[in-house]
Amino acid sequence: MRTDRMVLGAFLALLLLVPAILSPYYVTLLNYIGLYAMVALGLVLLTGVGGLTSFGQAAFVGLGAYTTAALTTATDLPAWLAWAGTSPWLTLVVGLLLTAVVAVLIGSLTLKLSGHFLPLGTIAWGISLYFLFGTMESLGGHTGISGIPAIGLLGWTLDEGGEIYYLIWAFLLVAMLTTHNLLDSREGRAIRALKGGRIMAEAMGVDTSRSRMVIFVIAALLACASGWLYAHMQRFVNPTPFGVHIGIEYLFMAVVGGAGYVWGAIVGAGVITVLKQWLQNWLPSLLGATGSFETIVFGLLMVLVLHRAREGLWPILKKLVPVRAVRKTIDADAEPLPRRTLPKAGELILEAKDVTRRFGGLIANNNMSLEVRAGEILALIGPNGAGKSTMFNQISGVDTPTSGEVRFLGKPVAGHDSREIARMGMSRTFQHVKLLPTMSVLENVAIGAHLRSDKGVLSSAWRLDRAEEARILKEAARQIERVGLAEHMYEEAGSLALGQQRILEIARALCADPCLLLLDEPAAGLRFKEKEALGELLKKLRAEGMATLIVEHDMDFVMSLVDRVVVMEFGQKIAEGLPDEIQQNPAVLEAYLGGVE
Amino acid sequence: MDMSIALILSQDGITNGAIYALLALALVLVFAVTRVIFIQQGEFVAYGALTLAMMQSGVLPATVWMLVVMGALVTALDGGLALKAGQGRRAAGVAGWNLGYPLALAAALGGLAVDELPLAVQVLLTLAIVVPMGPMMYRLMYQPIASAPVLVLLIVSVALHIAMVGLGLLFFGAEGQRTPAFSEFSLELGPLMVSAQTLWVLVVSALLIVGLYQFFGRTLYGKALRATAINRVGAQLMGISPTLAGKLTFFLAAFIGALSGVLIAPITTIYYDTGFLIGLKGFVAAIIGGLASYPLAAVGALAVGLLEAFASFWASAYKEVIVFTLIIPVLLWRSLRSHHVEEEE
Repeated sequence: MRTDRMVLGAFLALLLLVPAILSPYYVTLLNYIGLYAMVALGLVLLTGVGGLTSFGQAAFVGLGAYTTAALTTATDLPAWLAWAGTSPWLTLVVGLLLTAVVAVLIGSLTLKLSGHFLPLGTIAWGISLYFLFGTMESLGGHTGISGIPAIGLLGWTLDEGGEIYYLIWAFLLVAMLTTHNLLDSREGRAIRALKGGRIMAEAMGVDTSRSRMVIFVIAALLACASGWLYAHMQRFVNPTPFGVHIGIEYLFMAVVGGAGYVWGAIVGAGVITVLKQWLQNWLPSLLGATGSFETIVFGLLMVLVLHRAREGLWPILKKLVPVRAVRKTIDADAEPLPRRTLPKAGELILEAKDVTRRFGGLIANNNMSLEVRAGEILALIGPNGAGKSTMFNQISGVDTPTSGEVRFLGKPVAGHDSREIARMGMSRTFQHVKLLPTMSVLENVAIGAHLRSDKGVLSSAWRLDRAEEARILKEAARQIERVGLAEHMYEEAGSLALGQQRILEIARALCADPCLLLLDEPAAGLRFKEKEALGELLKKLRAEGMATLIVEHDMDFVMSLVDRVVVMEFGQKIAEGLPDEIQQNPAVLEAYLGGVE
Repeated sequence: MDMSIALILSQDGITNGAIYALLALALVLVFAVTRVIFIQQGEFVAYGALTLAMMQSGVLPATVWMLVVMGALVTALDGGLALKAGQGRRAAGVAGWNLGYPLALAAALGGLAVDELPLAVQVLLTLAIVVPMGPMMYRLMYQPIASAPVLVLLIVSVALHIAMVGLGLLFFGAEGQRTPAFSEFSLELGPLMVSAQTLWVLVVSALLIVGLYQFFGRTLYGKALRATAINRVGAQLMGISPTLAGKLTFFLAAFIGALSGVLIAPITTIYYDTGFLIGLKGFVAAIIGGLASYPLAAVGALAVGLLEAFASFWASAYKEVIVFTLIIPVLLWRSLRSHHVEEEE
């Protein structure tokens, strides 16, 4: 048996025995740790993985708690809502729905903006909701709501700490399992690309705004479920535990425990909860005054963690536990992913007509025209500053021409975002490599197949996506072997040499099954043999009918490979033709070597 | 509501709005130059107000000890580095400014009967205690991670905010304080009685805004900060030290915060944790300006002040809710205008 499974098994067995061996004080403490860890888990997903954060999680906890408190204690619910008050399980559903609606509203206001608008928006939301709880008479004002019933489960009433303990930890473990599953899936790769890889992910067809929304809603739902459990454990709610400062404490739990790790949530919740208990007993007598002085220690501790161990405690603890990283297995029998039908050789794929792009007074592209046909490699060359990258941006839809038009498969590129262009069959690499350095080569390439698969968040969380996942991984592995990186498949992408990273980008682009490949300086940083291999690969793709546009500086590489060459200088086309003609063209020679005075 | 009530509410709104405008300007400045979202701005407001209040009740303000401790830490770090590099004179300079100055200030405050000093001197002493905490805070808390992502800097700010609230409770106690007005006269403008403190707030805010405008437009340091805000790397390549820019920015922000506190202490009762809400209203204004535009932030601040004043008349229990809900239409408008996907720093 694997050691990591044994460690996990021992942990679960210990959890199961806790109420039997520990005093009620510790059971209560563990109940709180479980409740807090569930909220912190949402923040792991949001902050550590997704690079966003929220200070309003306590307000979502409050939403869950107050929804169930108000519905289960109300005596005069309107008829259309009376059904909801009959069982805590129904109020859980109502609370989750309400939370989802609120989260989607807040998310749609802030998630399209820069990342710091979400935390600022959630502070405002947290404060507003806190004041609402405190002032609304129907919610008991500052005195709160008491007399909340206990949860019943299969005829069993969970009205003691040692009983609801099992429900809390069952909720938490299920949440951890599903989060873990989600992160290891198609949607999970998209989520993990949010931090530092949005532009790349968009170019691979990932709707990153949607992914941001998904993790924000999941984090809010976890907080809401925690609030529901809290209300039925305490049997009483008031506004205090749902203020912004508690929201900040939740964030501390995630960061101290290890915001990038599912287990970090439990570690952080445990450390902060125990520390808070201890400091609250100890600090007031030390300082000779009453008040919540633990915030001083928490604040400074937090700064220290961010200065010295930004990854939190879990990575440090993990070294003490013998946990082996599990390699993904490639299922050779998995069915191949569906492929698009490639256009026939010679068919017009890409057409740029009189493209002009001005930046103020500077004309970066002036009346540029070019076309690429299926089964052809076209090179765009020119001295530095000739406007090649600008042209590349017009073609790939990153930028819009001032005048003129780019048509891909007969449709205009302008006005479509990177995702739609990717869906139409254009796939690209980046001049400055964009990949996710801590993910394996295999997973980086698998992002390319995002649009060729469709399993969503729920199927991923419950592992209903494994057949499709196997197909994706098989395709990714196939492309990796094809470009010659097979021996590096399981290494971290960031550990590869720059040239290999460029090749990885080609594999990722191929994984999208494109009909037009845009390559921005693919041979830069490659050794001679690697260049030869790349050339062979591109020739093979050409034979299959792929259209390729390549921007490149390496003349030997270009001239021995491509079918036609377009030469740019000062934003204009100065020559177009076969490689041999171009090499003799006096205008080209002058542009590259300087004229004879 | 009749005209006179509306006028009184407007006066309140404009007075508070002027303070929010100052805070919003500082927030925009700090974010532009250092990428730090300065959540703890409000604590500087409270520290300023409460330090002044402590002096007026004849107690040695505990904030001065916080300054001594922060100064000692900076001395240990920077002085140590300077000594290691064999720069004895620099080490002495570091120690002088960061340790000598706070100790001298503490000694002076201990020796003087501070409650009998004229108000102007008390205000100057308050600023002398609270403002240097700004650059020291930058040195200790932000400089070591100056290139970290915005999110990490934000979490540090929030952590410092709650630490400062806890320390505020320790220093000043849970009691609220209100200081006497700067002067007693009031001005009659038709049906409206304009109090002296309102005039003080408006005049000082206006002077400060003009002063900052001149500073950024005409002085070398001001231009250096603007350059850093526009292009951090480019400014660094031109020899503008990001550390200096950071410290200078925090100095200005702490100055604006503490001065705002001193100005509003006679108008509202300030508790150790009041600063947070005041600072956040500055934030609402700054967000209206997209954390980038100074004039929009100032207009936003006046809007926040007026909305707050009128909300407290119509629905006082929901005053805070209404003010913070104001950012929703602003965010909606910004969100609808934003189309491109950007990489987070």
